[in-house]
Amino acid sequence: MDVVETLTESMRQAVGPQAAAFAIAAVGINLQFGYTGLLNFGQVAFLLAGAYGLGITVDAGGSFWLGLVVAITSAVLLAFLLGVPTLRLRADYLAIVTVATGEILRLVVGSAWGGDNLGTGGPQGVKEVTGVFRDLNPIPDGSYGFSSFRFESQTLWVTLVGWTLALAATLLVRQLVRSPWGRVLRSIREDEDAARSLGKNVFAYKMQSLALGGVMGAIGGIIITLNFTSVIPDYFIPTVTFFAYAVVILGGAGSVWGPLVGSVIFWFVIQFSESSLDATVPEDILSSQDLAALRFVLVGVLLMALMVFRPQGLLGKKEELLADG
Amino acid sequence: MADDVILVADGVQRVFGGLTAVDVDHVEVPRGRITALIGPNGAGKTTLFNLLTGFDKPTEGSWSFDGHQLAGVPAHKVARYGMVRTFQLTKALSKMSVLDNMRLAAPDQSGERILTSLVPGTWRARERAVTEEAEALLERFNLAHMRDDYAGTLSGGQRKLLEMARALMAKPKMLMLDEPMAGVNPALVQSLLEHIKQLRTDGMTVLFVEHDMDVVMGISDQVVCMAEGQVISVGTPHHVGSDPKVIEAYLGLRRAVEFEEGYVEGHGG
Repeated sequence: MDVVETLTESMRQAVGPQAAAFAIAAVGINLQFGYTGLLNFGQVAFLLAGAYGLGITVDAGGSFWLGLVVAITSAVLLAFLLGVPTLRLRADYLAIVTVATGEILRLVVGSAWGGDNLGTGGPQGVKEVTGVFRDLNPIPDGSYGFSSFRFESQTLWVTLVGWTLALAATLLVRQLVRSPWGRVLRSIREDEDAARSLGKNVFAYKMQSLALGGVMGAIGGIIITLNFTSVIPDYFIPTVTFFAYAVVILGGAGSVWGPLVGSVIFWFVIQFSESSLDATVPEDILSSQDLAALRFVLVGVLLMALMVFRPQGLLGKKEELLADG
Repeated sequence: MADDVILVADGVQRVFGGLTAVDVDHVEVPRGRITALIGPNGAGKTTLFNLLTGFDKPTEGSWSFDGHQLAGVPAHKVARYGMVRTFQLTKALSKMSVLDNMRLAAPDQSGERILTSLVPGTWRARERAVTEEAEALLERFNLAHMRDDYAGTLSGGQRKLLEMARALMAKPKMLMLDEPMAGVNPALVQSLLEHIKQLRTDGMTVLFVEHDMDVVMGISDQVVCMAEGQVISVGTPHHVGSDPKVIEAYLGLRRAVEFEEGYVEGHGG
C-alpha cells in the first residue's frame, strides 16, 4: 500500500469540487438545522433544483447567467412550496415532506416523461451545461499539483469558484447569526412559542431560513453540475442530504466554520477509507463493490465515536449541550 | 374606583371535541390593577390565557385589548399590541445567554430584519440602548451576576424571574403571568409577589393565573374565579373568597388539591 499515494488522493477529495459543493449545501443546512432547528431532510431537492434550473435553461438555449437566475429562483420557489404548508406545524412535518419531495423530484426528472415534457433529458440527464463558465476559466490548460494531488485546469477552476462561494456563504451566515436576526433564529430553535410570545413572527423567520439555506443547496447543486459538466438524475439520491448532515454534525451544528471543516474531513475520510481498504484487502476476500459499502460502515463508526466523545462536533460549543434542558 | 378597562372579552368559547373547556360570557380586566384568575385544576384558566394571547383559537367569541379587536390575531401581533404573556412551564431559552434572552424581547430592533441585519451600523445604537435596559432589569430581578451564563444553567426560580424580566423587556401594557409561583420555593414566592406589586406601582396591568387562594388574597385588586370553563365569581379578593359558589366549586376541593400537589412535587423534585 502506497501511503503517500493514498494520502494525497484523499487530500484531493477533501479539497476538491465535491467537498466544496457539500460545504455550501451544509452551510445551508447549518442555518436551517443548526441555528433555526428546522429539519430539512430534503436538501438534495434544492441541489436538484439548482442543477436542473441551470441545466434546463442552458439546454433550451438560455445563457449561463439566465440559468443561474432560474436555478436560484427555483430554490426559493421550492422553499415556499415546502414551507407554506409545513412551517406552521410541528418540526417533524417539514422533515417528512422534504424527504418525500426530494425523491419525487428525482424520480420525475429522471423519468422518460420528464425528458419529454420538462426538458430534463430523462434518465440520461442534461449534457454539456457549463456554457460560458468554461470559457471564463482564467487558468491555462494543464495539470496542477503533485503525486495524486493533481487537478486539471477545468477542475481547478470549479474548485476555486466552489470554495470561494463556500467561504462567501459562511461569512454571510456568520454576519447573520451574530445579528439580532440570528438571535431570533436561535430563540425559535430553543422554543418557538417563547419567540412568539415576545412578538416575533416565527413563520416569517423560518421561511427566510429555509429559503436562504435552500438557495445555498442550489448553489451546491450548481457546483456539482459544473464539475460533471452535465446533470445526472441518479446523483440526487437521499444519501446526498444525509452526507450533508454528516458534514454539519461532524463540524458541529450551530458553529459558523463547522460545515467547511466538516466537509473537508468527511471527504478525506471517505476517500482514505476507500483507498486504504482497496489496497490492503485482497480481491478474493471482499470485492471492490463490497469495499465501497464497507467504507460507509467505517464512516458510520467514526460518527458514532464522535457522538460519544465529542457530541457537539469538532467546532461546536460544549457549554451549549450542557445548557440543554 | 372608577376603573378604565384594558381588556374586555365577550362570549369566548373553546370546545375540544365534546368538552367545552372555556365558556366565558363576559370578563373585564381593569387597567393598572392586579387581577388574579383563579380556579381549581381543569377550570380552563390556561386555556383562556392561550385564547386571549392568540396561542389558541376560540370556537367563537370576541375580545378587545386597549382598542384592538384581537379575535383571530396571531400571537406575535398580540404581543406587539402590548399583551405579553409568560408560561406555566417556563420557557427560558436554554442555549442563549441570560442577556440574549433579555435583548431578544426588545421591540423595534431593525437588526431583526434579514437585510438590515447585514449592516450593523443601522442597529448597533439600538442594541446598546437595549443592552442597558436589559442590564437595569436584570439588576432589579437579582440576575445581573448571571448575565453571561446560559439560561439553561439557571434554577427553576431564577427562570421564573428571567421570564418575567424578559416579558417586561417587550414593553407590555399588560403582563399575563401563567402560574408565576408554580414550582418556586416559598422564599422566592415572597420576592416574586413583591416584584408583581412593584409592577402595579409602575402603572402596569397584571393578570395572573393562580390556584392557591392564599397567594391571591394579599396582592390582587380583583379576582376572577373560573370553574368548569365558566366565570362563576368576580370581585374583590374578600368578596370572591366568601362567595358560596366559589367555596363550593373551589375551596371545597382545596384539601384534595393540596394533597395532589404535594404528591407531584414529591416525585418531580
